[in-house]
Amino acid sequence: MHFVVAGVSCVYGELAYDLSASQFSPDGRVFQVEYAQKAVENSGTVIGLRGKDGVVFAVEKIITSKLFEQSTNKRIFTVDRHVGLAVAGLIADARALAETARTEASNYRADYSAPIPVRHLADRLGMYLHAYTLYSFVRPFGCSVMMAAYGEDGPELFMADPSGVHFGYYGCSIGKARQSAKTEIEKLKTSELTCAELIKEAAKIIYVIHDEVKDKEFELELSWVGEHTGGRHQLVPKDVHEAAERYAKAALEEDSDSDEAM
Amino acid sequence: MRFTTSTMDLMPLQASQPFDPSKYRYTGPNVQPRQLPNTRSQAPITTGTSVIGLQFDGGVMIAADKLGSYGSLARYQNIGRLMRVNDHVILGCTGDYADFQFLRDIIDQKMIDEECLDDGIVTRAPALHCWLTRVLYNRRSRFDPLWTTFVVGGLDDDGKPFLGFVDKLGTAYTAPQIVSGMGGHLATPLLREKMDGQPPLSEAAARELLIRCMTVCYYRDCRAFSKFQIATLKAGSIKIEDDLEVKGDWEVAHFSKEHA
Repeated sequence: MHFVVAGVSCVYGELAYDLSASQFSPDGRVFQVEYAQKAVENSGTVIGLRGKDGVVFAVEKIITSKLFEQSTNKRIFTVDRHVGLAVAGLIADARALAETARTEASNYRADYSAPIPVRHLADRLGMYLHAYTLYSFVRPFGCSVMMAAYGEDGPELFMADPSGVHFGYYGCSIGKARQSAKTEIEKLKTSELTCAELIKEAAKIIYVIHDEVKDKEFELELSWVGEHTGGRHQLVPKDVHEAAERYAKAALEEDSDSDEAM
Repeated sequence: MRFTTSTMDLMPLQASQPFDPSKYRYTGPNVQPRQLPNTRSQAPITTGTSVIGLQFDGGVMIAADKLGSYGSLARYQNIGRLMRVNDHVILGCTGDYADFQFLRDIIDQKMIDEECLDDGIVTRAPALHCWLTRVLYNRRSRFDPLWTTFVVGGLDDDGKPFLGFVDKLGTAYTAPQIVSGMGGHLATPLLREKMDGQPPLSEAAARELLIRCMTVCYYRDCRAFSKFQIATLKAGSIKIEDDLEVKGDWEVAHFSKEHA
């Protein structure tokens, strides 16, 4: 829930219900967790689309300095070989979480001689995130993570937020433009599209929701996991990436043309 | 429990009484000092015999039979002792099979971690050989060895064939032909005869030589087995052939009265 009754949280903040995660406010909220969710809302948008034969991630990686090397500071991680992890929020927190996820996957493999099922990983990460919302001597993680894999149960997509709550999704968006992204995603029938089609749609959605005025430069990160990758999660090959970007830019121009025609 | 006696006890008020040592003995629990370093008596349990490796023009080839011996019992007759580490390294293991499985799982996880980093750096044969040497040497230095001998093969950073040996003591070296186990005595002379001072073998010639060595080992090593595998690594490809068998020529049996 992201509504903030104007002025109320400030008032309660003054009464110091928001200084530690170990305190409820009188109206039953844990403000530290909500503030952590705000950190996620300030970050570049991430969308995940679960299709017929796989899952696709697209990240709007806002570039804050022209001096950065391209493709540095990736926001999509691979856990084990088959799980993709896309993050929004504080990147340092997200990296620590990705390492935790990798350790979980490694322990699962050592115990059961099998790759970790993504729904199990989602449970474990959700519990881990939640643990940091219980005490006053730690702060919650300021990041939401999306996890995706393709396996025996077909494609699966999960998202966990700083409160530890996690759900499975057919389509999911987090970050600053998640509401507009959600609207765009709802226009698609994702479960009928293949990864090859979804990757272009995902790129297009990122381009559509990107705010040219507030954030100028952004880099598009795309990844997928599906039948065509043999269940392995990977960043999309260069030619697929370029084709998706061309499709996205063309679709954007079409939209703006039709806007002008109206 | 009294761990110490106070000084007052050493100087009883009645100084006239003689000093009685039995009053000042340690009365706590019976504690033995720790034996350093911790030692574990070790013998290998389920074992694999020779691994034979050689370099050829453009790659390396490693062969090992598929037997896990339980002492003199040929117990497990379909186990793989060769391993594909990643696209650039293969290895074979002699000695305790459980220790091989242990390290194999650790190496597999190392490779997963490396793939996750996705930073363009991959482990090549010399690096893995070095890592194995460090692990095995440190274990032996704690008197808790992994009772294994490894043959590591691949291409080095310059693309040249690399073949390395590491044993349970951490002894390591590289050579154009490496054989571990009993085959070290049986096959090494055969390999050196064909390879010393010669131009690099072709892949086909190398394969033929390897099969000849596996045959000789099968004749002469009492813990060998006829079914074996060959792993071949060239730039850009790894192939593990799994269903090879030494046929052997047993005509010599007729020389003995029992098999006339």
